[in-house]
Parts: sequence; structure tokens; C-alpha cells
Amino acid sequence: MSGTLGMIWYIIKGSINTLELYGITIVLSIPLGVLGALGKVSKSKLLSSVIGFYTWIFRGTPLLLQLFFIYFGLPHFLGINLDKFEAASITFVLNYGAYFTEIFRGGIISIDKGQYEAAKVLGMTYSQTMRRIILPQTIRRVLPATSNEAITLVKDTALVAAISMDDLLRNANQIVAREYTIIPFVIAGVIYLLLTSVIVWIFNKLEQKYSIYE
Amino acid sequence: MNMIQATNISKRFGNLEVLKNVSLSVAKGEVISIIGPSGSGKSTLLRCLILLEKCDGGRIEIEGIPIEAFDETGRRIPLPHKDVKDGVRKMGMVFQNFHLFPHKTVLENVIEAPIIVNKIPREEAIKEAEELLSKVGLLDKKDAYPSQISGGQKQRVAIARALAMKPDIMLFDEPTSALDPELVGEVLGVIKKLASEHMTMLVVTHEMGFAKEVSDRVVFMDQGEIIEDAPPEKLFNNPDHPRIKAFLEKIL
Ligand SMILES: Nc1ncnc2c1ncn2[C@@H]1O[C@H](COP(=O)(O)OP(=O)(O)OP(=O)(O)O)[C@@H](O)[C@H]1O
Ligand SMILES: [Mg+2]
Repeated sequence: MSGTLGMIWYIIKGSINTLELYGITIVLSIPLGVLGALGKVSKSKLLSSVIGFYTWIFRGTPLLLQLFFIYFGLPHFLGINLDKFEAASITFVLNYGAYFTEIFRGGIISIDKGQYEAAKVLGMTYSQTMRRIILPQTIRRVLPATSNEAITLVKDTALVAAISMDDLLRNANQIVAREYTIIPFVIAGVIYLLLTSVIVWIFNKLEQKYSIYE
Repeated sequence: MNMIQATNISKRFGNLEVLKNVSLSVAKGEVISIIGPSGSGKSTLLRCLILLEKCDGGRIEIEGIPIEAFDETGRRIPLPHKDVKDGVRKMGMVFQNFHLFPHKTVLENVIEAPIIVNKIPREEAIKEAEELLSKVGLLDKKDAYPSQISGGQKQRVAIARALAMKPDIMLFDEPTSALDPELVGEVLGVIKKLASEHMTMLVVTHEMGFAKEVSDRVVFMDQGEIIEDAPPEKLFNNPDHPRIKAFLEKIL
């Protein structure tokens, strides 16, 4: 394969890793964030401070440092050996889970206390109230912030270059270094834009869906 | 046996004594209005009865089942969880600000608790909900969201939602205070209809005409105490307490 087509193909191959990391992170960090938020608003002081500690660490240090720590540090301290993709996935899930925890917690506590009271006098338990009344309303409120995170994540995946994991940007960079052309960067930029556009489109649809009742 | 028997209820928020040994009994089918100045503890009393607020002393029985009790030394007596749940379930409550579930349609608001709490089959819950909605005159709005209907309509949905749990007692906390004046009538109309069906009701209200017309008894609260509990003719025309006279003169 020659020229530009070959380049595009090579960069797309790198994108597959990027997309896999992206998918795993979204699919696991959002539920982690929901659980974290529920724990943080729960009556258990212990649970809420453990989660507070977790979000403090993961929101308070650079993602890159966390990636180094999990990829280079864990084998050193705990003897756990992770491949690059595993290390990146764990780091991203924990990091984004921390942000989602705080976003969802903010959403939950913004729901009027009257909703809890109405559910309670109808005989609903706490878990029924959360599942059926509070969380569904929270979704609408956290969509804009969640959408921001989802877009940031596309770009954050490029950080895996720091542990030399093959991804979209790293593959593009390799061609640039080899062939003295910046076209791969343009191609990479276009692919990132396509990805973020798809995500923006999905979130717009979600916002439309959830705004029918407002 | 009384539907509600509350004895010497006390409640404080910090240093503020909001309820001071309040006792109230409500017989089956009775409609009782609770009136009194702002801050006198009317809402707190209702909220204590349905356990939205934990009182600090006294005893509450619903249809003979104790749901809250304290011993002589003022310690809370642990009661069987199931009794408390059953007792509380005999009451429905309607709030000043409706508190409808905004993400659910009118019909979904009404069927939610019957399905989730009472585990009634969905079709049956829908059938009953539609009957209740036509009773409050809102069957044509069943697929609307709360944001799409007026305040008076919202409050009527809230009443239907509470009735869907088949309570024996309904508590209303200023059900018309958040409404534009022209919408008050439709909500009071629904409550009057319930009164004519002998629903046992406790209604906190500032609507004196309504209190006079439908109540069997009117309870006047002031500074955390019930200072008079009498039939409406007596309380409105010839109250024992000068403070009631002053209050009525001011608002009428
Ligand atoms: N959660 C709370 N924390 C602290 N103080 C409270 C709380 N709820 C009520 N109070 C106080 O208790 C007193 C009684 O309040 P309550 O709401 O029962 O009065 P009310 O008779 O219903 O008044 P209104 O007619 O204005 O509704 C008021 O002084 C109020 O400020
Ligand atoms: Mg009140």
C-alpha cells in the first residue's frame, strides 16, 4: 500500500487501541462513578470518607503520574505485572471514575429534598427511591458535565504514548518521524475530531431525550 | 378506636421547641382542619405523624398500632419495624409544593408506588390509576409530564397519587398555598369530594371558608401548642382564646 492510504491505514490501526481504551473507560468508569456517588451520599461516614479519599487522590494528581505509578510502580511495589493496555485501562477507569463520582454526587444532592419525602410517604425504600426517583432525574442534570468528560477522555487517551503504548497519535507520530511529513498529524487530528463529533452528537441526542419532561 | 391517637408529642429543632406536648385524636371519617399563625408548628405536627420528622417525646398510634413511643424516662421505645411500616402506610400525604416526580408522566406518577411498593400488576395499577385520575378530572392529562400542567392540576395529580396507595387517612399540608387564587377552587373541590366520601383527613390550611365548610373540628395551633380544638361554629364564632380572635380578625 502506498502513500496517504497506507498512512491512514496505519493510523487507523493505532486508533483501534485508542477506541478500545476509550470504550473500556466509559463502560466501567460511569458505573464506578454512580456507585461512588451513592456511597458518598450514603449515611455511612466510613464509606463516604473512603470514597472521599479516593477522589482526593485521583482528582488531585496528574493522570500521567497515575499512569506511571500503575504501569511502573505497581510491579515494583506489589509485584503485579500489567501490560501497557491493562495499566492504561485501570488508570483511566480509576481516574475518570473519581471525576464521575463527584459529578454524579453533585447531581444527586441537587435533587429537591421533597422528592425523597414524596417517595417516602408513598412507602418507597431508600434503594427504590434512589433507583426510580433520584438517579433518573440526576441523569438529566449531569449530562452536560458528563459530556465534557467524555470529550476530554478522547484527548486524554493520547497520554498512553508516555508508556509507549501504540495508539492513534503514537502511530501518526512514527510516520512523521520516518517520512518527514506532517500529513499524519492532520489525519490524526481529523480522526480525533470525528470521534469527538460522534460523542457530541450522542450526548445531544441524550439531552433531547431527557429534556422532554422539562 | 381512633384513626390517629397522638399523645403529648414534643419536638425541638435545636433550642427551639416547635411542638410542646401536643395531643390530638382523630376518629374515623373525621375531617379536621389545622389553622394558626406561620411558624406555629402545623407542618411539623403533620410531618411527625407520618414520621418524616422524628419527634422527641410522646406517643403516636395509627388505628391502634403504635408507630412512635417513649418511656417515662424519655427514651424512645423500639417498635417492631413491620408495625411502624404498616402504620405509616395507612396515611397518605399531600404537600404544599406537590413534589410530583418530574421525569414521570401523570399516569406514571400515580402507578409508581402501587407497582413498586405494593407489587400490584401493572395493568391493574393502570386501571385503578385511570379511575382515580378521572375522579380528580385529569384523565385527559394522563400522558402529560408535570411540567406541562398547571399548579392546580399538579396538586390534583398529587392527591390521586396518594390515593392510589389506598390510605385510610390523608394528610394535607397547605395544599392550596402555592396556587394562583383562581386554581384554589379545583383542589378544594377534590378535597371536599373526599370529605363527602368520609375519608379521614387532617388539613393544614389558610382557607378559612373551606375550614368552616368541611371540617368536623378545627384545631388552632399557636407557638407549638394546640390552644383550641373545637367544631368550626364554635372556633370561628366564639373562640375561647383571645389570640384566636385576634388571628381571625387579622386574616378575615
Ligand atoms: N428542619 C427545621 N430545622 C429548624 N427549624 C425548623 C425546621 N422545620 C421547621 N422549623 C421551625 O419550626 C417552627 C415551626 O415550623 P412549621 O413549619 O411547623 O410551622 P407552620 O405552622 O407549618 O408554619 P407555616 O404556616 O409558615 O407553614 C418554625 O419556627 C420553623 O422555623
Ligand atoms: Mg407549614
